[in-house]
Amino acid sequence: MFDALSERLRKTLGALTGHGRVSADDVDAAMREIRLALLEADVNFKVVKDFVGRVRERATGVEILESLTAGQQVVKIVNEELVALLSAGDRAFKLTGNPAIILLVGLQGSGKTTSAAKLSRHLVKMGRRPILVAADPYRPAAADQLETLGRSLDVPVYRAPAGTSVLDIAKGGMEAARKLVRDTVILDTAGRLTVDEPLMKEIADLSAAYTASETLLVVDAMTGQEAVNVAAAFHAAVPVTGLILTKIDGDARGGAALSISAVTGLPVKFLGTGEKTDALEIFHPDRLASRILGMGDVLTLIERAQETYDEKQAVKMAEKLRKNSFTLEDMLDQMEQVRKMGPMGQILELIPGMGGMAKQAQESVDRGDLKRVEAIIRSMTPAERRDPNILNAARRRRIAQGSGTRLQDVNQLVKQFGGLQKMMKQMTGGRLGRRMPGLFG
Amino acid sequence: MSTEPTEVVEAGKHAGEPGATKEVEPLWHSEADELLVPPAAPVRSSESEDFTPGDLSAGLERSRGGFMSRLRGILRSGPSDADWESVEELLISGDVGGVLAIEIVEGARARKDAPSAEAAVRAELAGRLLPGEHGWRPRPAAPGQPAVVLMVGVNGTGKTTTIGKLAHVYRAEGRSVLLAAADTFRAAAIDQLRIWSDRTGCQFVAHAPGADPAAVIYDALDAAIARNVDVVIADTAGRLHTKSNLMDELAKMRRVIERRLPGSAPEVLFVLDATTGQNGLSQAKVFHETIGLTGIVLTKLDSTAKGGIVFAIEDALHIPVRLVGVGEKLGDLLPFDPDAFIDALFE
Ligand SMILES: Nc1nc2c(ncn2[C@@H]2O[C@H](COP(=O)(O)OP(=O)(O)OP(=O)(O)O)[C@@H](O)[C@H]2O)c(=O)[nH]1
Ligand SMILES: [Mg+2]
Repeated sequence: MFDALSERLRKTLGALTGHGRVSADDVDAAMREIRLALLEADVNFKVVKDFVGRVRERATGVEILESLTAGQQVVKIVNEELVALLSAGDRAFKLTGNPAIILLVGLQGSGKTTSAAKLSRHLVKMGRRPILVAADPYRPAAADQLETLGRSLDVPVYRAPAGTSVLDIAKGGMEAARKLVRDTVILDTAGRLTVDEPLMKEIADLSAAYTASETLLVVDAMTGQEAVNVAAAFHAAVPVTGLILTKIDGDARGGAALSISAVTGLPVKFLGTGEKTDALEIFHPDRLASRILGMGDVLTLIERAQETYDEKQAVKMAEKLRKNSFTLEDMLDQMEQVRKMGPMGQILELIPGMGGMAKQAQESVDRGDLKRVEAIIRSMTPAERRDPNILNAARRRRIAQGSGTRLQDVNQLVKQFGGLQKMMKQMTGGRLGRRMPGLFG
Repeated sequence: MSTEPTEVVEAGKHAGEPGATKEVEPLWHSEADELLVPPAAPVRSSESEDFTPGDLSAGLERSRGGFMSRLRGILRSGPSDADWESVEELLISGDVGGVLAIEIVEGARARKDAPSAEAAVRAELAGRLLPGEHGWRPRPAAPGQPAVVLMVGVNGTGKTTTIGKLAHVYRAEGRSVLLAAADTFRAAAIDQLRIWSDRTGCQFVAHAPGADPAAVIYDALDAAIARNVDVVIADTAGRLHTKSNLMDELAKMRRVIERRLPGSAPEVLFVLDATTGQNGLSQAKVFHETIGLTGIVLTKLDSTAKGGIVFAIEDALHIPVRLVGVGEKLGDLLPFDPDAFIDALFE
């Protein structure tokens, strides 16, 4: 597995924050990494080429934001471009007509039948009355599979005797929908290859005979470079309105979806996140962008750090740092802010120069260190928080008892805080102090 | 393990098709007009001609042909930097992967011995594949014991269909085959396998949906030993390699085989969809760590995909591709031929 792009760029571009502008050299180095990361994520190579070109143009000479490194600045641009591509088209789930028809199409094994069942469940939750139609007469036991799923969800399933043509199955399904007063018909079709002309014609005929309000292409998140051609071929045969990206609960980055959206302009509408029928999620471009870059939620955190970054508080904090009046109380405040933003390790990733510490930090979170620190500070009086120097042995014992920690935990915190104050004193006047206001170190 | 099989079917009896055991020809064929009135065993619309390895590249010839033949021309006439870049892109477009494509091109450019640039690229590619084994058959640990094949992979790659095709091959050779329905999870997975079992005249062991898959395997082995069956093929539920509980379940199945047939070395075939991108490597690694893969089946090579991730997998894990799937019919399974595979990448 490759490192997350943020980590790779940190290695390539260094950890220095806010050093003026992203240089041409930075950009060259970054583009190689971005290209490989996107290819690793199965983004189509032509899409990668265009994409890298666009990022290069945008990144060259751009001014680096105060709180970011050059690498993070580039990541930010990459992310914005990814989100823009993934935001293609209209993601609304449209249900027009009575009954509204949803047609599911795709390659073999992409997850159509499971997705059909999930959609039916989703529709029931929306207050609709769906019916599932087993329009795959080819794969052995495909109709049985849909029937089993439908029964578990209490959604009726229409199936026709072996030998019924797909058009006739659909016709029967529509009749069944009327009889059972169903307002949405979900057509689960057989998987097919785009080079299989008779079967592509079959699906085109079906789509022509019954105008679907949604024609969803079901795409496996693990799909490689062919995704674009597959989507284009299906889109040429039937008017696809969007994608369901399945099996996203694995560790595939899902670049296929990006490629398809970039080339066809089709939006991803749903994500399949598991084998159970409730594992269907509405698609969010920003989350998939982060995933494609292999950065978990770090990108969201970059955004959020910028949002949560309260100017006034930052100025106040900078002032405190300069005057060396940063107290345990301030530390508690900072911790709360950090918590608002999300997991500790990822936050540290954002702190210039601390990317490498992220793992350690996460471990300390896992061990409950932070909770302990918080409990200790909360057991102190305001006076003690402002000036830890007054913490004599008796006070420390009381605090340990009050916070349910051990005396040595309290001692350690006091000692560490002393060290932190000293470090800050050295840094104040320098740049780092001003750049860290929203985040405690 | 004491659970009785809920269903054990003797060859031919279930399907009401006594001739099934002797059937060697594909059990059905399809003309376009039959599509509208398929028999109980439905038909696929594609042509039903038999593939031979030599046909593989022909079957894969696609619209990229123009670009490829130009590229081949370039490779013969001494490529420029830009041409090498096209080669890199060709490899990447076949899912070879960015890093490996760069490595292969660098390796090819450094080769001084090759008669042409194309030969150099081919040599680099071939060097990353294990040789094909046309005569490959699963072997029993001891004479009189059944050979055991376990089919594993992520969801929807073609495990169950491949079992049908593989069973067809063995049946055609006159071996007795027992299919074990150890996918007890996916809806109708047991029914799906039963249909293949009927079509190929296999014996069949299944429990109720939701049963312990390891228990199914145990019972299948018992039945196979008692009845002197030559080959047991077990279907397993598709599972993402990231789900550790499901991977543990696989490890357990293997342990059961080893307990019931001490000293046996079951064939564990990893079924990989040729459309899979770079994630295929991470799949193969985890499956290999969990259960010890002995071979790969690359399915859906009748699609437009090239299956280039196989280079990275073989390079990293040294597990041979044994078979390729080129369709949905019984006869659509071929031995892996590295040269034809590389050809197809270029066509
Ligand atoms: N075109 C083509 N389709 C294939 C091939 N192998 C399997 N399929 C199809 O792929 C789909 C999935 O195949 P299955 O055999 O059900 O896959 P599986 O791995 O058992 O699936 P799960 O048990 O659900 O994980 C079916 O529609 C098969 O007909 C192949 O070589 N070529
Ligand atoms: Mg299966």
